[in-house]
Amino acid sequence: MKTHSEAAEIFNKDFDRTTWHDETLYFVRQKRDKAAFQIKDWELLRETASSIKNNVLSNMHDYLLQFEENAIKNGIKIHWAADAKEHNEIVYGIISEYYKGEIPVDTFKGMVKSKSMLTEECHMNEFLAEKGIEVIDTDLGERIVQLAEEPPSHIVMPCIHWKKEEIGELFHKHLGTEKGNKDPQYLTEAARQHLRDKFLTRPIALTGVNFAVAETGEFVVCTNEGNADMGAHLADIHIASMGFEKIIPQKKHLGVFLRLLARSATGQPITTYSSHFKKPREGQQMHIVIVDNGRSTQLGREDFRNSLKCIRCAACFNTCPVYRRSGGHSYHNAVAGPIGSILAPNLDMRANADLPFASTLCGSCSNVCPVKIDIHQQLYKWRQVLVQEGYAPASKTLAMKGMSTVLSNPGIFKFSGKVGRMLMDKLPFLVNNNMNPWYKQREMPEPPEESFRDWYKKNRKK
Amino acid sequence: MKVALFIPCYIDQFYPKVGIATLQLLEKLGCEVVFPQNQTCCGQPMANSGYEHITGDCTKLFQDNFDDYDFVVSPSGSCTLHVKEHIPLKGKIYELIEFITDILKVESLEGEFKHKVGLHQSCHGQRGLKLSQMSELNAPFFSKPEQLLKNLKGLELVTLDRKDECCGFGGTFCVAEEAVSVRMGQDRLADHLKNGTEVLTGGDTSCLMHMEGIIRREKHSIKVMHIAEILNQAI
Repeated sequence: MKTHSEAAEIFNKDFDRTTWHDETLYFVRQKRDKAAFQIKDWELLRETASSIKNNVLSNMHDYLLQFEENAIKNGIKIHWAADAKEHNEIVYGIISEYYKGEIPVDTFKGMVKSKSMLTEECHMNEFLAEKGIEVIDTDLGERIVQLAEEPPSHIVMPCIHWKKEEIGELFHKHLGTEKGNKDPQYLTEAARQHLRDKFLTRPIALTGVNFAVAETGEFVVCTNEGNADMGAHLADIHIASMGFEKIIPQKKHLGVFLRLLARSATGQPITTYSSHFKKPREGQQMHIVIVDNGRSTQLGREDFRNSLKCIRCAACFNTCPVYRRSGGHSYHNAVAGPIGSILAPNLDMRANADLPFASTLCGSCSNVCPVKIDIHQQLYKWRQVLVQEGYAPASKTLAMKGMSTVLSNPGIFKFSGKVGRMLMDKLPFLVNNNMNPWYKQREMPEPPEESFRDWYKKNRKK
Repeated sequence: MKVALFIPCYIDQFYPKVGIATLQLLEKLGCEVVFPQNQTCCGQPMANSGYEHITGDCTKLFQDNFDDYDFVVSPSGSCTLHVKEHIPLKGKIYELIEFITDILKVESLEGEFKHKVGLHQSCHGQRGLKLSQMSELNAPFFSKPEQLLKNLKGLELVTLDRKDECCGFGGTFCVAEEAVSVRMGQDRLADHLKNGTEVLTGGDTSCLMHMEGIIRREKHSIKVMHIAEILNQAI
């Protein structure tokens, strides 16, 4: 697996495409600004959302049990999954049980799935595929990356890294559209017809969960395409997968979160569909799989627990100057971008030790976050944890210790500064070479004859 | 007013002119300026790389140098922020611009600087020290650096397409993530070039050093000056 910086370097080889990717996402950031600034009390709304989520984090146990109790009363079956594997097995178990242990392989058509980053996190599609169950992603962007056999590069706009010409090619190959036709309306219509058949023939629908209301035992799914509704309403079984942090205490709190979510995500006042699911219709089964998968551990990390406030709007992606110029896949995690970089090390420190360093700590992420997660502060803190847990290269540790010695001894500092500047002046090739990453695309500063302190001694010190 | 000057390590070694301009500017504004001789660095390069735990000696040295002063002033938003957040001092540290506007209470400066000036907001100065309002927030506009620049005769402040996007320096990020770092710097410069910047300025020499490195490599005609150099030259 490539590190973020290795993948980002490859991404940046195509200068024009990087420009296009950056501008596309910055445009979404600007749409967010426009929508957010129309709300006079925007900053108060963020503060309110943050407080509600803080309350949830401190009372998670009680709210989850309350939610379970109410959901069961509504006729929903609740399942608890400790990790990704359990989640996947539970989903398979639900399907298997519905068919009394014998899934009719010849006639069974599989599952439709609306957007769920949790199932990406759990690698559910791959798991079910091995069991012979095909999962069709019904969100248009997700269907595109699925046809291309790629993971989403963005949690809200999964195929934002694809150009319409390329989607035209992809659809020509998979859906039989005219070669060379890149008209978005034409392509969307083709996808619509293709997906319509899947909706009508798949007996199982899986959706994500945006908000689970403890007070009522209902859950809300937000989409722009109505694909969650289409899937759930036509299927015999509706399975909803949720990370346990999706809980909110009361229905009235939706008024806060629904105002923030779409404005932060895409600059829309609200998603086209905010669908409430409360109980199964006659003859239908409704299941909710509540997943931990490391969330309890994160909740127990004082410095990082509030990363669980995240409502997955991706505003931090769109504003991040690094994300815009490296693309979602460079983060090698289901959730990319700044929020992904503070969630991923909790799942696997070794595999994701590079991610907290894929940031300049500019702080723009924390400023756009609708629930006020201190993302850039957590990036800094993860760096400390990762180094202390031994996930830094030995060469870096050595360099840092050397630097620390020089910088904490004024005598050595003055001497090495003088020698360094002299060498740069007389023997510039020592630093101006390919071993120095600074020099690859930038000139080194021109070494002055004297340091500030030398000047000061001559000119001011009595 | 007596102030102790903190000149960050790389400014001391590579940009003494920024230190000199800072000292002269503060003197012109009526301060008695002292430079404690054994200062080196605040420790930020190590801390931001995940090595805060080995910065103890650096912190102690910093305290030994500056604990005798009520006011410590530094021409760097980034280093000032690091000291504020990580090094307890008996007195208090200020970034140069905020010291002039908030402590010396200078409303505006009289002087002349006949150039189109592009202001680069360093993230640590802006979002960390709140030297100016941030584009992400729905909150009233203010800008301490603009407050000091805007009344200089002949100075025209350039309006940028993206007024507060990061330049990509980011400490060790600039070498660890070289490709993205350079690309971010190139994009910032493209914005300045497009909008007519003649002199690129800012409160953080680290951002300026990074962008100057690209300017010199790509042979752009933009001149780079720290805001202390502009103010010191203008008044």
